[in-house]
Amino acid sequence: MISPFTLITTSLYIFFSVVILSLLFSRNQRLLVYSVFPLTSFASLLALIAGIWIVQYGITESWIILMGLPDLPFHIRLDPLSGFFLTLIGALGFIVSVYSIGYVKAFIGHRPVTSLAIFYSLFLAGMFMVVLADDAFFFLISWEVMAAASYFLVMFEDERTENRRAAFLYLVIAHIGAIAILLSFGLMAGFATGFESFNGYTFDAMRHASFPPHWAAVTFFLAFFGFAAKAGVIPLHVWLPEAHPVAPSNVSALMSGIMLKTAIYGIIRVTFDLIRDFPWWWGAVVMILGLVSALLGILFALQQQDLKKLLAYSSVENIGIILVGIGLSMTFASFHSPVLSALALTAGLYHTFNHAMFKGLLFMGAGAVLHATHERNMEGMGGLIHRMPWTSALFLIGCISISALPPFNGFVSEWLMFQAFLLSPALPSTLLNFLIPMGAALLALAAALAAMCFVKAFGVTFLGQWRGQHHSEIHEVDWFMRIGMGMTAIACLCLGIFPTAMIRWMDVIAAGFVGGELSESAGAFGWIWLTPISHERASYSGPIVLLGLVGIVALAFLLLHARRKTIHRGPLWDCGFEKVTPRMQYTATAFSMPVRRIFGFYFHIRERKESKHLLDHKAFIKSIRYTLKTRDRFWGWLYQPVVDASFWISRKTGKLQKGRIQVYLIYSFATIILLLVLLR
Amino acid sequence: MSVSFAAQLNSVLAALILLTAFGLLAQRRIYGLLHLFAWQGVFLSISTAVVGYVAGQQHLYISSILTLAIKVIVLPYILHILIIRLQIHKEVETVINIPTTMLIGIALVIFSYHLTSPIRELSTLVTRSTISVALATVMLGLLMMITRKHAVTQIIGFLAMENGLFFAATSATYGMPLVVELGVALDILIAAFIFGIFFFHIRTTFESLDVEQMARLKEED
Repeated sequence: MISPFTLITTSLYIFFSVVILSLLFSRNQRLLVYSVFPLTSFASLLALIAGIWIVQYGITESWIILMGLPDLPFHIRLDPLSGFFLTLIGALGFIVSVYSIGYVKAFIGHRPVTSLAIFYSLFLAGMFMVVLADDAFFFLISWEVMAAASYFLVMFEDERTENRRAAFLYLVIAHIGAIAILLSFGLMAGFATGFESFNGYTFDAMRHASFPPHWAAVTFFLAFFGFAAKAGVIPLHVWLPEAHPVAPSNVSALMSGIMLKTAIYGIIRVTFDLIRDFPWWWGAVVMILGLVSALLGILFALQQQDLKKLLAYSSVENIGIILVGIGLSMTFASFHSPVLSALALTAGLYHTFNHAMFKGLLFMGAGAVLHATHERNMEGMGGLIHRMPWTSALFLIGCISISALPPFNGFVSEWLMFQAFLLSPALPSTLLNFLIPMGAALLALAAALAAMCFVKAFGVTFLGQWRGQHHSEIHEVDWFMRIGMGMTAIACLCLGIFPTAMIRWMDVIAAGFVGGELSESAGAFGWIWLTPISHERASYSGPIVLLGLVGIVALAFLLLHARRKTIHRGPLWDCGFEKVTPRMQYTATAFSMPVRRIFGFYFHIRERKESKHLLDHKAFIKSIRYTLKTRDRFWGWLYQPVVDASFWISRKTGKLQKGRIQVYLIYSFATIILLLVLLR
Repeated sequence: MSVSFAAQLNSVLAALILLTAFGLLAQRRIYGLLHLFAWQGVFLSISTAVVGYVAGQQHLYISSILTLAIKVIVLPYILHILIIRLQIHKEVETVINIPTTMLIGIALVIFSYHLTSPIRELSTLVTRSTISVALATVMLGLLMMITRKHAVTQIIGFLAMENGLFFAATSATYGMPLVVELGVALDILIAAFIFGIFFFHIRTTFESLDVEQMARLKEED
């Protein structure tokens, strides 16, 4: 009998057997790559099917697995929310695993990939288990499996100091977050069955708990803090731009695409499912933090010259957008407007899915570029469109999607988000009526800056002329990688063109949590028109926009090629000058200069110009050297003091260490005597 | 042998154990330490047997024989061999001078009597009066480890402390279960071997068995 449950357990069995398999095959690295990654992609596919199935039929079932500690069995539960995230993780896991065959193959001969294969499958398995877990115990174990596995993946190329530093920072922040989550679950379990018994550790008991209002707020914000640390919400984002760039690119795609989303899952699970009843200001706080993350994230992204770092900061922005949707939904839900709440939640979840797809695509594209050029700094790239036409075209699709331009998917979710914003005057609170439109404006600004950021990313990397050396070695990537990127690109397009189908599919989640349904109104005019609330208010049709775009492009192409004259191709970026060298091109730093001038306050900028003169006269400049360092200020504001304080404390405690046995014995002796006196 | 006689005998043995503990604190020569330690083992062994007889606990006889074998014969023998191999003839140096150490030791004994007074009132065992002596022996052993510089004397201090613990177990609860006592005895034996190996390493590294030399291991800042 095939059921979602059997599919997902089979998938987990495959993941765990892959771990053993990779140990067995570690002698033959090629066989390892060609067996491990197809298997993980198959396992992800099974989970994907299970996820689609669960959400489609709105299945809610739970099981008890007799594993774990005595008297504390693991509980797992399938419901539409976990089904949605199973679909998400399964989809990207499937695609990235296909991509990984090509990507990891390149490591063979340079370094052993056994550890990569092991932790890759553990990482995926951990993420699946997180969304399946139905008790705090199993949830935290899965959460830690996921965190530990991804730590080792970030550490994969551990001979470089920056990788070790990034991985350590990631581990520290992940664990601070995990402690907060643990405390929050502890509180919930305590309010469910009392602090003396262990029975409250199941989510089912927590669902029936009643919280005193203040403690509910403490519980929620502890959990939110913990999940925000994982999601990279500003100011807890510092690990993200460190860890994502140094991980292998297939791993960064997974980390950014789906690992951050498990935190979103956690927030939704705790808020809408476990606590259920919340005042409006929780939603407002979530929304404000989301807005801050969205705006600052994209501003920081604009300042990056490292392609993967840029993408990492852009993940901060997108997590912010998702949180805005969730926060808005919480606010609407607390004012009992189910339809609006459902709209905002759907927009948030839709963006979650979209971000997984296009950020997966972009990280895979960055990986392809890295694979071909061995370069992460955009200032050393350029003109790759000639050498890597497939990658360029697919990366461009990712850029368009993330910039929220129709007909791709980013547009749909952000448009839904704005619809939710624009309907907020229906709320009975004047404060919110005043604040929410400002939020909409900030979100619009973030969206515009995102477009600018990806014009930069694509333009500097792929257009113009090659800026570095050894041009001839650059080549297009193999078919596995192209297929991987191609599948995400197709997903981006489909999610952009058929939003009504998607919304109808996932409507059951919002219906279950906030009691509102969109599918009737959203699909009132068939699959072509998306009308979230009513057609008088707003409507969007992906297919028609696509047709229009295709028509215009075809027309332009025909007009260009219908002429008799052959098309003359001149040197690139010549601009009428002659002898333009690649170094004279517009650079990434230069492109983001206006933003640096306007929003300079948010950055820690160190700009230096040095010029050498001939004959020691200012008029005869021999060479100019320009260096620019931009860092985000949060490190100095929040983290540096903590780092300094912990070093100060360790130095002080270090004085206790005299290196003499007698002194150590006196310490224990004094402790014993003291305890005996005090506890007599 | 009546119960009250046994209790008195036990008290005498406890006093002797305490006396040897003070002797360990005061003794300067290393062979003297070794003999005192062996005597402490003898008293402990007899005391255990007496308690076993009074309480009718058969397994205490086994403990008693084990104590005799390990703490009176095997361990002193190992330490003796060590002392010969390592060619230790010198007098033992102390960190604090001996009269001060003795005064601290007396204070500790008074403290442990004060500490165990509620237990003595509540307990019904014949051995209840010796709990404070046992606790004092533990503390004196620790004090000996603190005040001595030489590695071998520290080991003797450690073993004396273990004697105190063993005595405490016998006098407070008529001994631990036999399995635990066997395990502890084995641990002590293995610890002695490990210490022996360590001594050789310490001496080859520092050319001395003075543990003060180990301060050189500390990280410079």
